Amino acid sequence: MSEQATEVLAIVGLEIHVELATETKMFCRCRNRFGDPPNTNVCPVCIGMPGVLPVMNSKAVEYSLKVGQALNCELPSYSKWDRKSYYYPDLPKNYQISQYDLPLCKDGYLDVPLPDGSSKRIRVLRAHLEEDAGKNIHDNPAHTGVDLNRAGVPLLEIVSQPDMNTPQEALSFAREMQRLVRWLGVSEANMQMGHMRFEPNINLHITRGGTVYKTPIVEVKNLNSFKALEGAVTHELKRQYAQWLEDPEGFSLDRKGKQNRGWDDQRNITVFQREKEEAHDYRYFPEPDLPAVVVDDAWRESIRASIGELPLARRERFIKQHQLGSKEAEAMIQDADTGNLLDDATAMGAPPRRVVNLMLGRMSAAANEKGCALGQLGVSAAQLSQLAIMLEEGKLNATAGDKIIDHMIANGGSPLEIAGKLNLLAESNTAAVEQWVDQAIAANPDPAQQVRSGDKKAKQAFGFLVGQVMRISGGKAPPSAVKELLESKLSAK
Amino acid sequence: MSNKITPEVVRHIGKLARIELDDQQVEMLGRQLGDILRYVDKLQALNTDGVAPMAHAVEIHNVLADDAPGQSLTADEALANAPARDNDFFMVPKVLGDS
Repeated sequence: MSEQATEVLAIVGLEIHVELATETKMFCRCRNRFGDPPNTNVCPVCIGMPGVLPVMNSKAVEYSLKVGQALNCELPSYSKWDRKSYYYPDLPKNYQISQYDLPLCKDGYLDVPLPDGSSKRIRVLRAHLEEDAGKNIHDNPAHTGVDLNRAGVPLLEIVSQPDMNTPQEALSFAREMQRLVRWLGVSEANMQMGHMRFEPNINLHITRGGTVYKTPIVEVKNLNSFKALEGAVTHELKRQYAQWLEDPEGFSLDRKGKQNRGWDDQRNITVFQREKEEAHDYRYFPEPDLPAVVVDDAWRESIRASIGELPLARRERFIKQHQLGSKEAEAMIQDADTGNLLDDATAMGAPPRRVVNLMLGRMSAAANEKGCALGQLGVSAAQLSQLAIMLEEGKLNATAGDKIIDHMIANGGSPLEIAGKLNLLAESNTAAVEQWVDQAIAANPDPAQQVRSGDKKAKQAFGFLVGQVMRISGGKAPPSAVKELLESKLSAK
Repeated sequence: MSNKITPEVVRHIGKLARIELDDQQVEMLGRQLGDILRYVDKLQALNTDGVAPMAHAVEIHNVLADDAPGQSLTADEALANAPARDNDFFMVPKVLGDS
């Protein structure tokens, strides 16, 4: 049999769980806080005592609607709560309050930037609010310990359409979602603290000889890092293709249906958990203890107004408004604070180019050293703007500017004060600058002669002399004045 | 609408609810569940043309609480009714896999 052309298309959808950064839990007023001693943020509502009444957290509903709005979702007028029944020790009520058929947000999309500079629109099926489960602790070999501090923490589940076709696209979607929820201030989205968990759905559409084969859909449960997400999708695509090659007719969605797998991060493979036919029968039914959520136009409008500018729109604006390169613009939208700093500093009259250079230069290096974001260095827009203006006016040279940045990060203070204290202000007295220039020429007769003669080495020698003047002046000579003076003094005589 | 409640259905529901049922109980519960469903089926006789589906029995909506911390229990209070505890954790039979 001759080898037929085979086309393989990966189909990936993603469920993303995001813990919302509210002060309190979804249906009771216990604190929503990671890392507290076990079973101290608990009350009769969240440990499943009989006869209690859950009450919705207004902030959690608002945060969810914000995410929905930012994802270009419809925010339906009427949304309700349902009970999803299953038995598990970390779910003390034996049901989870969730949303089944009428979620808070539906039918949206997210434009996701890809590493090659293009972007792809991934449709969002829905985003609904539910409560998180507690935590099982498996330290003891004989039994399991349960901590219910996390039980009842508000959890937003965002479900995409199967619009991703590569592990990279799934990764980019997840990362963009992380940026978005942080941008909106609705979640810290800290992976180590379990604020974000991923469940990709993966299968292959394989076309050979005019026939389309669909492999069984696999859902990989509970991935808690970007690395695991990328690894799980990558492994599934390989595994499904290999299995299909063995049995193209039998290994099919029609015959095998769906299957759940887990991720083994030691061996970097997915492992079988269960067939979906054996899936829990959740017996959803409307939650009688919670009334519906009704969203009217006024509420929708206030949510819309509270969103502000989103990352990709801001990137486009920075490119147009400040003539940033695309890499520069990307760096300015890594989080909301960074771009806010640029906006605020320029609003105070600082030249954007100077601000961008400071931020992406010394500040960026300092942020990397500290392992924090640019916006968290503690440099204010006022400080940054004053520094940029001083540089623009030639009162400081670039080296002095960097020193001032370091000093501001370590000790605070205004750039002007710091420049005075560290004696960094450029010398405005022309006579003093001229004296430094004369000294440099006198001390370096050979380079001076090379400049005068205009020979091959003239350019290099000129740069050397500028450096010497800067050194003699202790960095206080304004470079432009030095260059002018050197040029006039060393022009062919 | 009232599918016959077979013994298999009763056993399945029992399993989901983690309740062990003997044959006698399966027979009895099947009969009772069937009676309940037939009773509720009487509602089907009502003409609901033009009546919007109702998702909740009460008319009120948007009952929201401020996101302000209130009083929680201490670990000892929370664990007071637990059949077993391991330090400040609820202790349960070994669970395989994590949630």
